[in-house]
Amino acid sequence: MDDAPILEAVGLAKAFTAGGRRTQALDGVSFAIRPGVVTGLIGPDGAGKTTLMRLAAGLLVPDAGSIRALGLDSTRESLAVQAALGYMPQRFGLYEDLSVQENLDLYADLQGVPHAARAERYGELMHMTGLAAFTRRLAGRLSGGMKQKLGLACTLVRAPRLLLLDEPTVGVDPISRRELWAILDRLVKNEGMSVLLSTAYLDEAERCQAVILLNAGRILEQGAPATISARMAGRTWAVSVAGERSRDLQVGLAGQPGVVDALAQGDHVRLVTQAVSDPAQLARLPGLQEARIQAVAPRFEDGFVDLLRTHIGAAGSLRDGDILVDGLPRDADAGEAPVIEVDGLRRRFGDFWAVDGVSFEVRRGEIFGLLGANGAGKSTTFRMLCGLLPASAGTLRVAGLDLRHAASTARGRIGYMSQKFSLYGNLSVGQNLDFFASAYGLAAHARAERRGWALTEFDLADYAGQLAADLSLGHKQRLAMACALMHQPEILFLDEPTSGVDPLARREFWRRINGLARAGVTILVTTHFMEEAEYCDRVAIMAAGRVLAIDEPAALKAAARSPGSPEPSMEDAFIRLAKSAETQEEAA
Amino acid sequence: MSAPVNDHARGGSLMRLRGLVRKEFLQIVRDPSSIAIAFVMPIFLLVLFGYGVSLDADHVPVALVAEAPSADTADFLASLEGSHYFAPVHAFTLAAAEEALREGRVRAIVRLRANFAEQLRRPDGAPIQLIVNGVDANTARLTQGYVEGAWGNWLARHAASLGQELVTPVQLEQRVWFNSELRSRNFLVPGLVAIIMTLIGTLLTALVMAREWERGTLEALLVTPVSMTEVLLGKIIAYFLLGTGGMLLTVGMAVGLFEVPLRGSFWLLWACASLFLLAALGMGLAISAVARNQFVAGQVAIIGTFLPAFLLSGFIFDIDSMPAVVQGITHVIVARYFVSIVQTLFLAGNVWSVVLPNAAALLLMAAIFLGITWRKSRKRLE
Repeated sequence: MDDAPILEAVGLAKAFTAGGRRTQALDGVSFAIRPGVVTGLIGPDGAGKTTLMRLAAGLLVPDAGSIRALGLDSTRESLAVQAALGYMPQRFGLYEDLSVQENLDLYADLQGVPHAARAERYGELMHMTGLAAFTRRLAGRLSGGMKQKLGLACTLVRAPRLLLLDEPTVGVDPISRRELWAILDRLVKNEGMSVLLSTAYLDEAERCQAVILLNAGRILEQGAPATISARMAGRTWAVSVAGERSRDLQVGLAGQPGVVDALAQGDHVRLVTQAVSDPAQLARLPGLQEARIQAVAPRFEDGFVDLLRTHIGAAGSLRDGDILVDGLPRDADAGEAPVIEVDGLRRRFGDFWAVDGVSFEVRRGEIFGLLGANGAGKSTTFRMLCGLLPASAGTLRVAGLDLRHAASTARGRIGYMSQKFSLYGNLSVGQNLDFFASAYGLAAHARAERRGWALTEFDLADYAGQLAADLSLGHKQRLAMACALMHQPEILFLDEPTSGVDPLARREFWRRINGLARAGVTILVTTHFMEEAEYCDRVAIMAAGRVLAIDEPAALKAAARSPGSPEPSMEDAFIRLAKSAETQEEAA
Repeated sequence: MSAPVNDHARGGSLMRLRGLVRKEFLQIVRDPSSIAIAFVMPIFLLVLFGYGVSLDADHVPVALVAEAPSADTADFLASLEGSHYFAPVHAFTLAAAEEALREGRVRAIVRLRANFAEQLRRPDGAPIQLIVNGVDANTARLTQGYVEGAWGNWLARHAASLGQELVTPVQLEQRVWFNSELRSRNFLVPGLVAIIMTLIGTLLTALVMAREWERGTLEALLVTPVSMTEVLLGKIIAYFLLGTGGMLLTVGMAVGLFEVPLRGSFWLLWACASLFLLAALGMGLAISAVARNQFVAGQVAIIGTFLPAFLLSGFIFDIDSMPAVVQGITHVIVARYFVSIVQTLFLAGNVWSVVLPNAAALLLMAAIFLGITWRKSRKRLE
């Protein structure tokens, strides 16, 4: 096979205008993708990944530049390009009221697969995706992971030479993610297919043979992921101090001169330095005099964070030390009584138990994580905790109040930040703050005071007059959090708070959360990012409405340790738990 | 490479189209909102307009006040009581009758003065006072006409019974053509064909197409060898068949259940309905091509096509009695041309001078809307 690029862009630019605002989605993007490999298109939400995919598929017309796929011009010869490549959009493009078989038949008809060849191809695809037992089920009733595989099967019904996958793994459980990667590796190896896959998960970059890093419509870097992480050689460390929580250690290290990144990772802090250094130099950093310092292998994420820092400067202007310790009201004699008590919680929708017997307790000042894929029951549990949804069975006590009887009193002591940030896009930043303050019943002078606090503490003063809709995703996230804190709640509920934001914004966000927890605020957070569990004090791993395990992240990982994987990741731990739950169920 | 792209082995346009049409029907059958719009709404409208809504004044409650009851007054009032147009209520004083009118218990008062019997035998005749509640102008006019008619009939009978001839210089000989029983059902039910086909052709089609944009399924469809023409044809064929089903259902119920006469040719009706359906589909697809959002598409379809089909097509309200400006507006309402064809074919017969120009207008409208759809729906996402 010749090595001519299978997908090639030159000076690609595309802008969108909506409501009088112009957004430059792509700005002078050039790249060439080699055939026969998996190329990752990596970047946070709003980086321009989907726009790039759609341009490659001939669904959009570029403002400037050109893009060629399979030797054809995607814009001028779009019909020929579309006939030759396979494309899976976000949310997989399935007809939910058609069965698995009917979806396959439709795409086989559209791709013109001869009837004689179908039985064999369907057999291969069903075997590959493990959907053979579900051909009669409606696509809408499949789990997220199964939908993803069906979407892939539909795109592969006639094996294309180039496969474009737009965020195929978002919100999908880790087992399905691994299975998808196994399928892709096989397709590339056995059928010589070329794959371009976009993702916001940085750990997936390491599975690609080549990556394109996209940020705010521009390419930050492209090449093999190994060369990007190799640049960090000699700059990555694991540090720990006996008797000090890694979370506390991290707070002291982040933002220090010479430190690019400090990340709490179970029992140690992962430290990335600006230049190649040695343990002796590191020991000079504050708090590290007595530390155990160990060199670790660089990861792709280290390289990405380093690139982002050099390209867009320091993230925000978050000051060091304690933040957000602002005289939150607290009872001196609260003691160690749990702030959140959940016992035997169940919730049914029709004949489906979305939450099926969940119990846990959260102590004051603790960061407690609910970890699980989409559909695991996290959000349903959350809504019941906030008093937004009545429980079908079980007891719920928040801040000492039974939610069955005192939901609205309890709600006054809770701050809630939802997945979609729930901001009023056509109100300014200041107006959003005022609105949420008055919604929580703050008097005029208290409102003005809290507004001033929020604008300073979250570095939003420069944006006070700007419409919330015009903010970047990272700023929206800050504003949403400020709104949730206007009434100084003792408990903060965060539902997928970091979904889609870039790694720098995510780090900044977690620093604020740490600050709040240190000030005594109890925090309950849901996430489907496995590595975010590392930031929590304790984690409940959920699947299919049940809690599989509750423990400290380090303990969860330790339990997954085996001769085959001496250093298991959170994802390994999750997969092990999910698999053993499955075998137990089969045995039962 | 194990599976090269060899175009000669690919199925053609026919295979793609068949796949699309089959998909549409599977979706219609499984989607409750499609079933509601395609089957439940038409039956609901038919039952409502066939049995419930009537523009005729029937059993109008009328207060009868005879200030000095006599044989003559009793005879006259008996003639009102015998008519199915009225539901008479006897009141003993005018004040009581006025109270009843104010409270809405009666729609009109017929008052015979104390000197009625006496005046009747005088050359200048006896006056009858009729007071009508004019709030509902339509019923008021009908009531007025019916009382006058009843009065005229009674007078002629009364004269005959006295062996006299009623002397009137001009005699009105009335004949009602086309709908001799003056049943408004005969006029409303055929018009429903236009309403039901607007529901299926425009509202439902706009919704399902907008849903494909919203759910991202169209994005996946577009990156296959399918052409936009085939996607549109798939929708048109499926919803054309569904709309034809709606038409057959309405015509069947109109003739079979509501006994509306179909005097013109059924095949001519079918042909004109097909033209109208094409225009309705064109509107639905054009709306969704621009809106791409179920909520907006639904709003535009209802306000832009369904309500005008109801109010401005001549389905209920006569276009000729609308103000000139509104009459002008009705010319851009597709349903108006079809309503006038349907009403003519049902009640009058194959009147070519009505059918042909209206059919030509439908053809033009269908071409315009399908043309707009064609131009707006490129195989792109912008």
